Amino acid sequence: MEKLVQQFPPHREADAHHGHGDHAHHEPGFWEKYIFSTDHKIIGIQYGITALCFMLFGFGLMILMRWQIAHPGIPVPFLGPLLEKVLGSVAAHGAISPELYNSFGAMHGTIMVFLGVVPLAFAAFGNYVVPLMIGAPDMTFPRINMASFHAFFIGGVIMFVSFFIPGGAAQAGWTSYSPLATTIPTHGQLFWILGMVFLISSSLLGAVNFIATIIQLRAPGMTWMRLPFFVWAQFVTAFILLLAFPPLESAAVMQLMDNVAHTSFFLPTGLAVGGQLANVSGGGSPLLWQHLFWFLGHPEVYVLILPAMGIVCEIIANNTRKPIWGYKSLVYAALAVGFLSFIVWAHHMYLTGMGTKISTFFQATTMIISIPSVIILTCFLISLWGGSIRFNTPMLFAMAFLPMFGMGGLTGLPLGFNVSDVHLHDTYYIIAHFHYVVAPGTIFALFAGVYYWYPKMTGRFMNEFWGRVHFWGSLVFMNIVFMPMFAQGMAGMLRRMSDGGANYSAAVNSKAGAEVVGGLSNNIMELHQGILIGAMCLGLVQIPFIINVFWSIKHGEKVKTDNPWDATTLEWQTPTPPPHGNFASEPHVYRGPYEYSVPGHATDFTPQNEPEAGAAPQPISTAH
Amino acid sequence: MEIPYTSKPRPDTGLYNAKLGIWLFLASEVMLFGGLFSAYVLLRVGAAPGEWPHGWLNVWLGTLNTVILALSAITTLLAWVACKVGQFGKFKFFHACTIALALTFLSVKMYEYHDKWIHYEIKLTDGKFADGHFESAVYVDKATNKELEAHSFHGTSFSEVSSGVTNNYELVSVTLEGRIVSDQKDLMDLRAQKQIEHEPVKIERSQIKSMENYGPWHNTFLAIYFTLTGLHALHILGGTLVIGYLWGPGSKMWKKDPERFTNRIEISGLFWHFVDLVWIFLFPVLYLM
Repeated sequence: MEKLVQQFPPHREADAHHGHGDHAHHEPGFWEKYIFSTDHKIIGIQYGITALCFMLFGFGLMILMRWQIAHPGIPVPFLGPLLEKVLGSVAAHGAISPELYNSFGAMHGTIMVFLGVVPLAFAAFGNYVVPLMIGAPDMTFPRINMASFHAFFIGGVIMFVSFFIPGGAAQAGWTSYSPLATTIPTHGQLFWILGMVFLISSSLLGAVNFIATIIQLRAPGMTWMRLPFFVWAQFVTAFILLLAFPPLESAAVMQLMDNVAHTSFFLPTGLAVGGQLANVSGGGSPLLWQHLFWFLGHPEVYVLILPAMGIVCEIIANNTRKPIWGYKSLVYAALAVGFLSFIVWAHHMYLTGMGTKISTFFQATTMIISIPSVIILTCFLISLWGGSIRFNTPMLFAMAFLPMFGMGGLTGLPLGFNVSDVHLHDTYYIIAHFHYVVAPGTIFALFAGVYYWYPKMTGRFMNEFWGRVHFWGSLVFMNIVFMPMFAQGMAGMLRRMSDGGANYSAAVNSKAGAEVVGGLSNNIMELHQGILIGAMCLGLVQIPFIINVFWSIKHGEKVKTDNPWDATTLEWQTPTPPPHGNFASEPHVYRGPYEYSVPGHATDFTPQNEPEAGAAPQPISTAH
Repeated sequence: MEIPYTSKPRPDTGLYNAKLGIWLFLASEVMLFGGLFSAYVLLRVGAAPGEWPHGWLNVWLGTLNTVILALSAITTLLAWVACKVGQFGKFKFFHACTIALALTFLSVKMYEYHDKWIHYEIKLTDGKFADGHFESAVYVDKATNKELEAHSFHGTSFSEVSSGVTNNYELVSVTLEGRIVSDQKDLMDLRAQKQIEHEPVKIERSQIKSMENYGPWHNTFLAIYFTLTGLHALHILGGTLVIGYLWGPGSKMWKKDPERFTNRIEISGLFWHFVDLVWIFLFPVLYLM
């Protein structure tokens, strides 16, 4: 690879050691270096690895659920005996009981959102990349950063352990609606709440740290409008986490009181459980839980998507070799999304009977929030126009994000209108819709980010061929899994039936023939088989990725420079991998983040810290 | 590179890192308490007519606690000012006052909780309600058939009270310091009733249909009262621990790095003022409205 590389300031091997001179005499041990590290890069990698493991685990739960849906009541092949041994009576004979299916469903959602995607998109990439991008030596509060990861890890352990307690994990869905969440007589919900309290505390500490870092530690010359869009996306995300999560924490406290102290925050007067009047004081409001949950739950969607958009933006600019189109529009659109995300939550509750006026208000705000989202996507699409695009693995994933997220977004419109939502609510249509946003949307962007920043973290590329296998396989099988669900949902298949609608369908069809309204035709039911096969193949094509991540650490192609993608942003102007303290000397920023193909410049990229021609060379401090 | 602005403010923001951090943290705290306050609003608005209690809390104790916290806010401010002008002795004095006031606040709160804990409502078999503070209970020892009187608290519900300390005892009667009313609604609005006579009321076991103390399970008002004030009390406790640490072992930093120490006092003070402010909302909402 021949490249014209110009780096300011130039980094030699020796510079890396000047950067952390005061640590040179003290080599931290294993625990200090990898477990109790306060270095943002190590913490980012800790988050990344933990989150990827949880994502794999959550995926495994999904495969088991798909098996149960496609073959209701039939023991799980190979894994059945293991399930029965580990989980006990809920997996009798190796088959998945409805209770276990409910546990898997609730925990698949919880794990994927709170232990998989958010930690990877926000905490892992944010931790590793944001301080480097803004030219900071670390996060503002390194020890709080460490505490944030530890709280996250403890929360994850609590969630994981809850599978193995008597009765199993939480069964009330990832939304944990009351009174169901209080009246299920197992302790899974208690573990869920405790786990969530740790996860919420973790994201609170992380959010404070991110915002303070971006405000306080920007390098000289890094003005707000010179921030890479990824940093803006993380900034808005941090504000959403900071302000939207605490109401869920107060809701969790109240549900904890309902479950443990027998209060009636969410339990209405006259509540009957199993045909008996429940022994509660009553007077509570089930709607209150839903409001508080979705006050977090909807902004959470933007927590999932904004960092992904940030990653996609960086990769598109880098691989089209031209400035991103409409940088300012992107920034203002992201801010608008962040603000509007707080006033759309009740579009999840059209069917609760909260009133037509409230529904109309939230329908209007929901339509309004699609405008900035479309602006962001449009900016990315126009950025492709006229670029001489490099189709490497990160770029393939980033480009697949655009149509996949677009499908997810557009199929959300019928759900935002309360008239059409009445038909589609709680069906497989909505499963397909939000998975298009999060799975081939966000997760593709996350894969793109892994392939893109891997050379900075390790000094080696991931294998390109297997990267492409991973990409094309994932793209094809993601669509095989999720596309049929639109059809199933529109045919009326409900999302939480543990047998995939087999009993329901059989009962309705036996009454009045297969064409009756509400019955599910054989064509619709048979789609389950295809989805199961698609899901298993989707799992198979992740194997090259897993091997690639570990194999490339030692055997990947070595990077020839610190800036292998010829990028402009500051994280590529550091030694590889960046040492403790990141920069050999404080970087100075002279220009915006996407100065690619500037006419008259020697290279087709102009790093943010390259001094203007004729400007006095900046002093390079050697020691601190 | 080292992390900048750990104690000197960044010129363009005018803030050192921790000060920005605590303000962000307080913003999230506003949302946390905001969630509970909105729960209060929804529960109160949704309560059936006449079902929401009034006048259940002691306004004088609430006022006392409000004054205590207001005073502690002043001493916190003075402690920070003392650091700013370099008078360590004064700092020690003022924050000692803050800690003492905080502990007084918690003691008053504990007394109020205890008062609710020993307050029982007994549904009687004739449809009336006995209501008042636990005075004593008479049990009979099954083995010896001797009666004995207990003055201590025995449980939150009838099943717990009736079984006594062990299964060897059987409840005979309960005496409350209170009154008997014919309609449960008479127990709800105490502000409307000018004179409430309290006298010892003895209830035989056979008269008791059910019995429950004024814990958070009793109704949604007490649920939100205990949750809100409990969470607030935890914040007071946390703040006291932090200020106590900075007052005690943490004050060694004064000699080495007075500027950073003063910043810590400022940060912990900001948190303390926020906790005071929450009480300024809690007091009228729970005690007066």
